[in-house]
Amino acid sequence: MADMIASELSQAWNEFARAFAHLLPRLLAILIIALLGWLIAYVLKRVLRGILRLVKFDRLSERAGAAQLLNTAALPSPSELLCQLVFWLAWLGILLAGISSLGISGLQQHIAGFFVFLPRFFVALFIVFLGMLAAGFFSRAALLAAVNADLPSPQLLSDAVRVVIVVLAVSMAFEELGLAQKTILIAFSIVFGALMLGLAIAFGFGGRDLARQFLENRFSDQRTRTKKESDLPPL
Amino acid sequence: MADEDILSDDLLRQLISVGEVDILVGLHTHNHSKTIGQVVQVIREGLLKYFPRERVAVLNADGGSHDGTPNQVRAASINDARNASPLQTLRTLHCVSSQYGSTVSAGKAMHIVVTAADLLRAKACAVIAPESSAIQPGWIDRLLRPIYREGADFVSPVYRRHRFEGILVTNLMYPMTRALYGKSIREPRPGEFAFSDRLSGLLVGHELWTTEAGRLGPEVCFTTISLAQGLQIVQTFLGPKGHLEQQSSDLVSALRQTVGPLFWAMETTQAQWSAVHQTQAVPTAGPEYEVTMDAVAIDRARLHQMFCSGVVDLEPVLKSILSAGTLQQLQRAAALDGDDFCFTDELWVKAVYEFAWAYHRSVISRDHIIQALAPLYRGRAFTFLSENLNASQEVLEARIETLCQTFERLKPYLIGLWTAQEGGS
Repeated sequence: MADMIASELSQAWNEFARAFAHLLPRLLAILIIALLGWLIAYVLKRVLRGILRLVKFDRLSERAGAAQLLNTAALPSPSELLCQLVFWLAWLGILLAGISSLGISGLQQHIAGFFVFLPRFFVALFIVFLGMLAAGFFSRAALLAAVNADLPSPQLLSDAVRVVIVVLAVSMAFEELGLAQKTILIAFSIVFGALMLGLAIAFGFGGRDLARQFLENRFSDQRTRTKKESDLPPL
Repeated sequence: MADEDILSDDLLRQLISVGEVDILVGLHTHNHSKTIGQVVQVIREGLLKYFPRERVAVLNADGGSHDGTPNQVRAASINDARNASPLQTLRTLHCVSSQYGSTVSAGKAMHIVVTAADLLRAKACAVIAPESSAIQPGWIDRLLRPIYREGADFVSPVYRRHRFEGILVTNLMYPMTRALYGKSIREPRPGEFAFSDRLSGLLVGHELWTTEAGRLGPEVCFTTISLAQGLQIVQTFLGPKGHLEQQSSDLVSALRQTVGPLFWAMETTQAQWSAVHQTQAVPTAGPEYEVTMDAVAIDRARLHQMFCSGVVDLEPVLKSILSAGTLQQLQRAAALDGDDFCFTDELWVKAVYEFAWAYHRSVISRDHIIQALAPLYRGRAFTFLSENLNASQEVLEARIETLCQTFERLKPYLIGLWTAQEGGS
């Protein structure tokens, strides 16, 4: 009995030792790949940081309003965030590629999926960034135009423009990622439709005088307009 | 842009048939059929009377009029002017009209006039506003004589204005141009002006035509380039500018046409303006300043209200343009009611200089920076109107002079902003 147990244990140990001996080079290879990957990702991060500093990416983000948004969320500056993102993605990508080349069955399919997903992820990020840029620009343009035209609630108008553009950009990004496509599409349609309907009703009921005044100003003879002091020719 | 690109084939053909000229008069029109006939007749009378022996041509650059303006220019023949006066000309008076496009562009029209002047080798070229209701034949002489006979390079006008007309000119354009370039040009954005072949030669291939500033406010660029190049500039008194009620009151457009080009010019002429430390008078034919004291309807409350709401609503925009101290002072001022409100000279000058600096740095879209100046201008206009409601011409002039001196006194602040930024970047 004792011999049988000893024999089984010895066999198990031998198998473990054989398997470990077979695995050890792979583990070492993964370790080396991880180390090399970290080095490459670090170099990439430094190069990207230099490029972003050169093109004044932070100033661009500041203008787009992205920097303020990240600041509110206690996140680092946009360039730092992008550098970190590239670093982790590069390291993870190299690591996964390395693991994949080791031929561990079952993992390969997931790793291939990850690499297919990666370009779409970057496109989605780019869409969100462009959306933030556009939202910052157009909301500020709306604010300035509303203030200079002496329209009521210019901040509200500006915020509405910003929200619509951000929602549009985020829904486009989600669609690109293929996440909850139907939900996003329906949610966007409802929000956008409700907003437009609300504006139409509000303008119809509340803005009749404003509309009449606008049309009168637009189509009546310029000379018949009464001049206020604030309309004194500035030039 | 090459000559052949800016001048259409049709216009080139017309100009070639005109040949070389001594004097060219440029007109930029767009649906000006109500006034253009009269303006062209007066120009022709002026040319006949004061330059009968010279080879002259009138060039109309039209921005796609639908009311037959170019036809009116062509139809106003020399014979009408001859019949109207006993004067005779020894030469043919050519009249050329060309549509440069379907949308109005002051820059394109001026570029055409400058290119044509250079091509025709005109020794002097005058530009007349097509809506000049107060134009007299004498304007032609006053604008062109200093260039054609006295060797000047740029003639800037002086107008008789209503005391509250052109507040943007008296409170920003004039004092700031004077502080920057050290010359007292009363109308940095002239409606009517004249320039020499030397200046047209400098301008014809200039980069300004490809910029927003050149497209929207070429007149200011003429002034600033003349000043920066150290050309001989003279002023000439023309008389009344025109009817108050016929002039545009669109503030944002006015800012785009004036302040934008001035800020742009600061970038391209930094070496010149930062080296200027004192102001010199500009030779002026006639009075340097004349105002009319007619009563106008006054409702200043709206200006004050738009300033206050503008400062509150535009806080995030102003924060990216102004320093914290200046913004705080503005916010304090915006909290005061109309009677206690005062937009001081110093605060105004600092704010304008910081706007120029923000424009230079492009902290946000440059057009947005210019638009954000509108509420501040309203606040300043309110103070200017309140302070000078019953002021005489002398008192008004003294107040403008004080403002000019504040712009000059605070110029080191502007230079400091500029050099700090250049050093930091």
